[in-house]
Amino acid sequence: MNAATRQRRNGKPPVPGGRWHTRAFSYLFVFASAALFVAPILFMLVGSLKPDARVLAEAGGWHAFWPGSGASGQNYTDVFHRVPFARYLVNSLWINGLIVALGLPVNAFAGYALARLRWRGRELALAAVLAILVIPFEAIAVPLFYELTALGMRDSYTVQVIPFIANPLSIYLFYSFFLGLPRELEEAARVDGAGVLRTFLTIVVPNAKAAFASVTIVTFLFYWGMYLWPLLVTGGPSVRPLPLGIATFYTLPPLQWGDILAFGMMMVAPVLVIFVIFQRWFVRGVAATGLKG
Amino acid sequence: MGRTQRGGALMRESRAAWLFCTPAALGLLIFIVVPFVLALAMSFTSLRLGSPLPLEWVGLRQYGRIFSDPAFLQALVNNLIFALTVVPVQTALALGLALLLNQRLRAMAVFRTLFFMPVVFPLSLVAVVWVLIYAPGPNGMFNAALSALTFGAWQARDFLHDAHLALPAIMLTSIWQGAGFQMVVLLAGLQAIPGELYEAARVDGAGPWQRFWHVTLPQLRNPLVFVVIVTSILSFRVFDQVRIMTHGGPHDASTTVIYEAVQAAFDRAQVARGAAMSVVFFLVVVLITLVQRRLLRQEREVA
Repeated sequence: MNAATRQRRNGKPPVPGGRWHTRAFSYLFVFASAALFVAPILFMLVGSLKPDARVLAEAGGWHAFWPGSGASGQNYTDVFHRVPFARYLVNSLWINGLIVALGLPVNAFAGYALARLRWRGRELALAAVLAILVIPFEAIAVPLFYELTALGMRDSYTVQVIPFIANPLSIYLFYSFFLGLPRELEEAARVDGAGVLRTFLTIVVPNAKAAFASVTIVTFLFYWGMYLWPLLVTGGPSVRPLPLGIATFYTLPPLQWGDILAFGMMMVAPVLVIFVIFQRWFVRGVAATGLKG
Repeated sequence: MGRTQRGGALMRESRAAWLFCTPAALGLLIFIVVPFVLALAMSFTSLRLGSPLPLEWVGLRQYGRIFSDPAFLQALVNNLIFALTVVPVQTALALGLALLLNQRLRAMAVFRTLFFMPVVFPLSLVAVVWVLIYAPGPNGMFNAALSALTFGAWQARDFLHDAHLALPAIMLTSIWQGAGFQMVVLLAGLQAIPGELYEAARVDGAGPWQRFWHVTLPQLRNPLVFVVIVTSILSFRVFDQVRIMTHGGPHDASTTVIYEAVQAAFDRAQVARGAAMSVVFFLVVVLITLVQRRLLRQEREVA
């Protein structure tokens, strides 16, 4: 562990930051690019606090980033009057919560069986998971829609949850994490007479918090923004999630930008809060999907 | 331990493995494999909803049709332009930011957070906000910014209704949203490079550029291949922004393969045609993935 952290610290190239002008230039460049990245978000936040007419009128200057006098939470209350925002939010939370809560055990069990258990067909199953991983959702959305419609699942929570529980990427992430766990822990438990299930639940799972956290975050982040599928399968606001909610709100006359931005702020706030609190896991989860590939 | 006892343990393990895998296997089978096979099968038929004509097996005729459909060809070209522009620009930007953030400067964690923030924004929200940013007229934020940068020489344009600007506008939106993801992956890769390599290079008298070319880039190969491939695949998956910002217009100038597939299958009820487009899309993704696996294998052989 110690060696690893030391190595990480060493990983930073030792040179830059040496002379003061290189350092100043670096700061300037980082600061300027950060400003560009943050500008749309700040614009959104400030605009959501302004009267509707001023959002667009002041978008062309520095006023875009300053609420000025007359800032209020009016847009936020307007959102609730104009669209069933609370309904959308509950739908999104419920759909995502179910996908994550049901997906974690399903995919963790499969990942463990692939990484650690000895059984015939394991190699084949692993190859199948890797092959399925290549199929993007967009390629199967059309037939999946007809398949599930034929099963009578349209316009429900079920149709928005069930197809996404078993997830090849989650299985693969669990698989590679379990491969990296030291075997001794499990062997000790097995010698003490614990069965496969008990070993998994009492020894492996408590040592795999990082994997569970990463998979939770990656899954949640992905499905929180899902737009194509609910667009195809939902008919009305009753089971519609937030991404579809904002797209329909944006086309709902009269076009009031303050309200739309307030909707957007409320929609992204839960993820932003989770992101800021669990940043370490976020970054680790995202980087894990990247470095293993 | 006796032979029979070990055999019993193995059998129990194998039984547990099948139980552990069954829920996931069922899910993958019903919701990915079956629809995938259905997509292939549908693409060889004349399936069309509400059509009075009987369902026929038409062989490759749907493929012939989509490849003589100017809108679909335009969509393929657009996705290609998208990939060939966004992938290099976004990767270079992300690499630059990652290199900057990898230095020992103050407050770098804060900046990393800021660059990553757009990644957690749902694409549908990003699309709606950027419609406002691209508002036509001199008051639009993007128009005003360009005008300020060119000291007033820029004539205000209606980006999303301009055949030359609609696709680039969507590309810029995607770069803003996606660069943070690439940056985080590359930064993790940079931090995994052992410091001794840099020291050895310095001892050998290598300057900053030589260290970048001969130490940083080769060491960063795997994360770089990964971000390039993921971004290429994402470039062919573009749908949300197109649907919300431009509806593929004006005159198919910003349409994409997935947008055309959804249009065909759902707005025009030409299910078989939509399925054929999905299959073409899938083949493109497979091609990109094969390139990735090949590049990574080469790497392993070299190492």
